[in-house]
Amino acid sequence: MKIYLSVALAVLACATSIAQNCELTLQGTVIDIHDGTPLAGATVVLAGSEAARVTDFDGNFKFTDLCEDLYNVQISHPECTTKAFAVQLQNDTDKTFKLEHHLEELNEILIKGSTYYTKAESVLENRISLETLEDYSSGSLGDALKTVSGVSSLNTGNTVVKPVINGLHSSRVTIINNGVRQQDQEWGAEHAPNIDLNTASSITVLKGAAALQFSGDAVGGVVVAEPAPVTLKDSLYGKTILSGQTNGKGGALTTTLTKSYENGWFARFQGTAKRYGDFEAPDYELSNTGLSEQDFSVNTGLNRITYGFDAYYSLFKNKIGILRASHLGGAQDQVAAIGSDRPLILRDFTYDIDTPRQEVTHHLGKVSAFYKSNSLGMFRLTYDVQQNNRLEFDVRRGDDDGKPSVDLELVTHNLSFSLESDVSDEISLKTGLVGNFQENFADPSTGVRRLIPDYKQYKFAVYGIADFQLSEKFIAEFGGRFDYTFMDVFKFYRTSFWESRGYDTQFPELIVEDFGNQLLTNPELEFNNASATVGFSYTFDEDYVLFSNYSLASRAPNASELFSEGLHHSASRIELGDLRFNSEISQKITVTAQKKGDRFSFAINPYATFVKDFIVIEPTGVQQTVRGNFQVWEYRQTNARLLGLDTDAMFNITDALAFNNQFSIVKGQDTSKEQALINMPPASITNGLQYQLPLKQQVNLGIESNYVFRQNEFPNNNFEVFLPETESFETVDISTPPAAYHLVNLNAGTTFNFSGIATVNLNVKVTNVLKTSYRDYLNRLRYYADNLGRNMLLQIKINY
Amino acid sequence: MKTLKFIIPTLLFSLFIIGCSGDDDTPEVVNEEEIITSVIATLVGDTGTVTLSSRDLDGDGPNPPTIVVSGNLKTNTTYAGSVQFLNESETPAEDITEEVEEEAEEHQVFLIPGGGLDVTVTSENSDGNGNPLGTQFTLETTTVTNGTLNITLRHEPKKPNDGTLADAGGETDVTVTFDVTVEQ
Repeated sequence: MKIYLSVALAVLACATSIAQNCELTLQGTVIDIHDGTPLAGATVVLAGSEAARVTDFDGNFKFTDLCEDLYNVQISHPECTTKAFAVQLQNDTDKTFKLEHHLEELNEILIKGSTYYTKAESVLENRISLETLEDYSSGSLGDALKTVSGVSSLNTGNTVVKPVINGLHSSRVTIINNGVRQQDQEWGAEHAPNIDLNTASSITVLKGAAALQFSGDAVGGVVVAEPAPVTLKDSLYGKTILSGQTNGKGGALTTTLTKSYENGWFARFQGTAKRYGDFEAPDYELSNTGLSEQDFSVNTGLNRITYGFDAYYSLFKNKIGILRASHLGGAQDQVAAIGSDRPLILRDFTYDIDTPRQEVTHHLGKVSAFYKSNSLGMFRLTYDVQQNNRLEFDVRRGDDDGKPSVDLELVTHNLSFSLESDVSDEISLKTGLVGNFQENFADPSTGVRRLIPDYKQYKFAVYGIADFQLSEKFIAEFGGRFDYTFMDVFKFYRTSFWESRGYDTQFPELIVEDFGNQLLTNPELEFNNASATVGFSYTFDEDYVLFSNYSLASRAPNASELFSEGLHHSASRIELGDLRFNSEISQKITVTAQKKGDRFSFAINPYATFVKDFIVIEPTGVQQTVRGNFQVWEYRQTNARLLGLDTDAMFNITDALAFNNQFSIVKGQDTSKEQALINMPPASITNGLQYQLPLKQQVNLGIESNYVFRQNEFPNNNFEVFLPETESFETVDISTPPAAYHLVNLNAGTTFNFSGIATVNLNVKVTNVLKTSYRDYLNRLRYYADNLGRNMLLQIKINY
Repeated sequence: MKTLKFIIPTLLFSLFIIGCSGDDDTPEVVNEEEIITSVIATLVGDTGTVTLSSRDLDGDGPNPPTIVVSGNLKTNTTYAGSVQFLNESETPAEDITEEVEEEAEEHQVFLIPGGGLDVTVTSENSDGNGNPLGTQFTLETTTVTNGTLNITLRHEPKKPNDGTLADAGGETDVTVTFDVTVEQ
């Protein structure tokens, strides 16, 4: 702009000396910059003169009898920011002037345009509101996700919470954090997402693989966590949430501070700290289950209508104690632990986090820029890098005490380019290219054989998604994606395992070096994965919408499924992967009928998923070692079918009283073996009442009932073990699911408004009010201890 | 489309650079440091020495341990016994008995006759608190008998305990069962 001005000034300096022609016309059209609609009623003033015009219905205006000169044209409109344009008039001129909408509307546009945009047209987007996220501020991402019907969690205790979408988890769930695909060794069943949920102001759950711009392998679904949009005005605002709770005798503090400018620049800082000691079940302490977490993020950037950029860095660091009584030797220990009705190791409450424990550090850095071209659409280029370091400390002996047993460092670089364009009024197109490099390094100084081998992985992907607005009510969506993966792996195999699997005859060329009892091998694996989606949404009248989608997802096996080979201490079992696996291919059909409305709303979502070459781990035998007998679990490929139904309903009985209900059920079947799939979430039903007291001061009271049925369909993986002392064989019952349970939760909250400077929310929440002793089928520690007892949480939320 | 022509090569090139910048050193081999591959019990009596050994050189690999009993015990004999734990996956083999004895408070060896074996086993050494450790023991035979002798090493058992595994708890580091015969 400055250059134009100086050029214009220079021209002006010359122009004044030249003889004047004063019969020129300046006409123009004033339009809205983002959608090109004409702006009627805009006032156009030629600065320094009395001349003024108001644009007509089509946004047109016209000045006549103007001289050759430089004019300063000022255009104002009630809904827009006044803007000045320099126009050098030499001939009759017809020009288009673009105005930016008024601030508030602009924010809305930015919100729609770049933040909470639609991720898929033909599946229902389950969005978790900011209010709900704030409720879970002191908890974990997984706990907040469970508020969505059809989402459950695979837990290791109560602090490691891994989301399960429609019965599927780990590598089958893609998590998008701030526009970046999270790479935090998600293959592990006891690895929770390394995300501070306080960085997000909205989380969307897409059940299924329809959102191909994010990934083609999300057989289970996609979770998209997005930060709050920045308002476009000169402002400094923030939020602080302080929570304290009785169970775990700890709390959390999180704060966000945003500085924004009208010209589009912004900066934001966010930080969270959490600290808990041992949690407790109704009848005993859960020894060594404390948690310590520190996270922060910084974000700065520029948001203009047609271009902008964004730089983001976040650090997530935690230390999680794992129930001491869950660390076991062989099967004999399992018999004793499962047979006991309380954990075999109980200690007094402490904040100390001893072994076993996990320590995870996750860095995420991102730079992203966008440019909106009127003709082509919006281009976005993003580079991001993530470093994930995972340490797992086991109970060890001698010099090794205090040394981690697992030390994995995963570095991922990702470069992506996308283009979103409106080909016509009816057709919009999303296309993109992604390149990704990942390197895993397993530190050998642990003195324990690598759980995951060293590898380098290269990925390239290309996708395209087209939305067709066939009528005002009917939107159709088609998408396709192709992913290419190349893995260059250096893996040490035990010679005995290599031979017992027959790899010695199948892959003799992979051996790089022979160390006697171990072999260094260099497998180079290639996977080509195609995925596709097709679907539509149809709006019957204002309130009723029908979504229908078919998606084909294809997932390359992960490093754990391919290369596991050895004792998994935290599971007390030997886990074996298979080098020969191919990709699993899933097909999901989902239909959602939604009714929107203020008084009554609901959504019903049945679905069916069929997976070919589904990778599942299951027991195949018992292995003798010097440490005793261990069950052997081998990964295997089979065909699977998941059928399920999720429902949501909300009814405002009166203005002050609201009722809500959620129900989910899923049935998983291994169709090759004709038996139930392991670890399928049991059916559950949640009912809630919210009541607003008839007082001047707004006070909300709520009660929630959560009933989880017993899982009656499960594979029988029990096995027998010989106990030398009693000279008897005992059954190790690792299969039977725990009984159904019912939890009651209460909450109360009120808001104080301090004359526009700040609002303060005060919330009290009591969970498991009745002190119910229960165990959950999807908690890996259910063999050893009950779940949490009663907890009282006090939360103070300040917006300023 | 010009932009695309620029972006695709840039994208590929950058990743190529990132991907190839690391050096291609092959990773170093990890020999499990704390694994116990071998349990050797030596019983020294007036009439001779009997060794009971269990070796599992591939650790938690697919091969089962190799169990060898060098001979039969004699009746009415008091054997001076000792248990040795070795990691023979390393060269030279590491003697883990030393670590166990250093951390005596956190360990205990249990010797459990079973299957009708009529012998008496007594721990001959103890930890700093005067509780039995069991790496040194005596085994007394009387009559002709046969059955099994189980050797179990527990990490972090409850101490003191009543001498049974059930009461001791803790984690099993080693458990091996030998067939034993006492003859005339």
